[in-house]
Amino acid sequence: MEPIDQELDEGELELPSQPMMLNVGPSHPAMHGTIRIVMELSGESILKADVQIGYLHRGFEKMCERGNWTQVFPYVDRCNYASPMLNNVAFALAVEKLLDVTVPERCQYYRVILGELARISDHLTCTGAMSMELGAFTPLLWFMKGREMIYDIMEEETGARLTHSFGRVGGMAQPPTENFKPMVNAILPRIAAIIGEAEALLLQNRIFMDRLQGVGKISPEDAVALGWTGPCLRSTGVAYDVRKAHPYLVYDRFSFDVPVGEEGDNWDRFMVRLEEMRQSIRIIEQALEQMPDSGPINVDDPRIVLPDKNDVYTTIEGTIQHFKIVMEGIKVPAGEAYGYTEGGNGELGFYLVSDGSGTPYRVRIRPPCFAIMQGLGPLITGVMIPDVVPTFGSLNMIGGECDH
Amino acid sequence: MSQKLLDVLNESFGPAVLETHSEHGDETAVVHPDSWFKIAQFLRDDPRCDMQMMVDLCGVDFPNREPRFEVVMHLHSLRLGHRLRLKARVGSSDGEGAELDSVVRIWTGADWFERETYDLMGVMFKGHPDLRRILLYPEFVGHPLRKDYPADRIQPLVPFREGYEKLPPFDNTEGMSFGRQVFRSGKVD
Repeated sequence: MEPIDQELDEGELELPSQPMMLNVGPSHPAMHGTIRIVMELSGESILKADVQIGYLHRGFEKMCERGNWTQVFPYVDRCNYASPMLNNVAFALAVEKLLDVTVPERCQYYRVILGELARISDHLTCTGAMSMELGAFTPLLWFMKGREMIYDIMEEETGARLTHSFGRVGGMAQPPTENFKPMVNAILPRIAAIIGEAEALLLQNRIFMDRLQGVGKISPEDAVALGWTGPCLRSTGVAYDVRKAHPYLVYDRFSFDVPVGEEGDNWDRFMVRLEEMRQSIRIIEQALEQMPDSGPINVDDPRIVLPDKNDVYTTIEGTIQHFKIVMEGIKVPAGEAYGYTEGGNGELGFYLVSDGSGTPYRVRIRPPCFAIMQGLGPLITGVMIPDVVPTFGSLNMIGGECDH
Repeated sequence: MSQKLLDVLNESFGPAVLETHSEHGDETAVVHPDSWFKIAQFLRDDPRCDMQMMVDLCGVDFPNREPRFEVVMHLHSLRLGHRLRLKARVGSSDGEGAELDSVVRIWTGADWFERETYDLMGVMFKGHPDLRRILLYPEFVGHPLRKDYPADRIQPLVPFREGYEKLPPFDNTEGMSFGRQVFRSGKVD
């Protein structure tokens, strides 16, 4: 029998010796969020990587300059869609800094609890998606089970599962529901159990460990110079957490630890997130204990907060107040302020410039993802193609926030 | 909080620091654009400042002012825990000549932030290694965050990029089952 490739020339079968260009994304199963990576390959090693973002750019900052201050809340929801409540709180705090008002204590605790629940759901999503990309599908379902419980509480409190638009300047849209505390208390041990079970599936899995340990390493100096914050910075051993370093709301009243890693590799980033969820549970437990059961949620300032619906319909003062706030917006005094909080991925900042009218002059979001993503290129240079997937996963890119 | 920092700046650079103020607990220094790089370097290296982290860099447009743009940088020191907002005013009222030294050599993290400011605000950064659009596409006309860019402007349609920027293994047969034939004919360039 004749060989099949008899007619082919030897020379035609040679592989090209030049570096090969490979395009991944913007629509690719491993690129959750839309991102494109153009890689120059030598065999399977990456010689050069160009990370291109912007596929989810929706002109967040331009849109904010069109409405009034309260109308920004739906937009910030859609920035980090894995933890919208943290964005709501961050923006509300930044405007309140510009207004020089502090919300009542009950609201501060309420914000802390909702925010920490959002942080848990953010980390559950990230760690779950990351393990799924490495072939472990079961932990993802486990984590989603936990996220579902948090979504149920959010739905009960805000009426929406994902995009709550629940923050308001000077308070929250609604006071906590009657069953808020028992509901949260009921899910905390169940979430802790879920994290433990998923951990048991992953942390002794040889394949999972080999693909994470020692891959995607970064030194603390490089991470700081790149502007990294949040779990990714802490995995390198730098214990910078806005909640500890510059406490806002009532974070100085809780005892919690800031978990740090040693190597700054994918494994450490994964472990830091797992531990942070436990710390968030600790914070929520303490906050539930300390939170007053009654008291106002909104600041007592008719220029900022909408009046009670009953007053709007029955009194002329209420009607005027309602009209002024809805039609003209909250009058924020001219000036500028930078409000920063610990978001799901790190320092989430809002730099606001006001010209004294009811419309924001400039709303600048400082998305933690943006700074982290610019480290992806250097991180994956020199590694093999399969290592891109866990490295990209552990950075937790959130397209909406990165591309704003 | 970090009033000391402003004093250090005033003392070391004198006339190059045009204005300082503290509002809502944020310290701000407006500096002359020519000293932008020098002051940034000083803020990172001087042990009294030690700003190892560049948190944010963005632009603000004031069309009625001259210079028109404010480039705003937020700095943070992890060791000392203080923050500073550094500003420089650049550009004429028609939006031309907005140029500033790039600080990528001081903080590698400034790379994408400067690209974004160039993309959305149209401020050029001298000495930036790779200044191209980051959030928008190369054919985009104008800089959308400028106040004179109407929010409802419709951009011209981009013609299909024929062979343009197509990567070597992907030619017109991209996505087809016989696409890899290009290797056998040795046409890779």
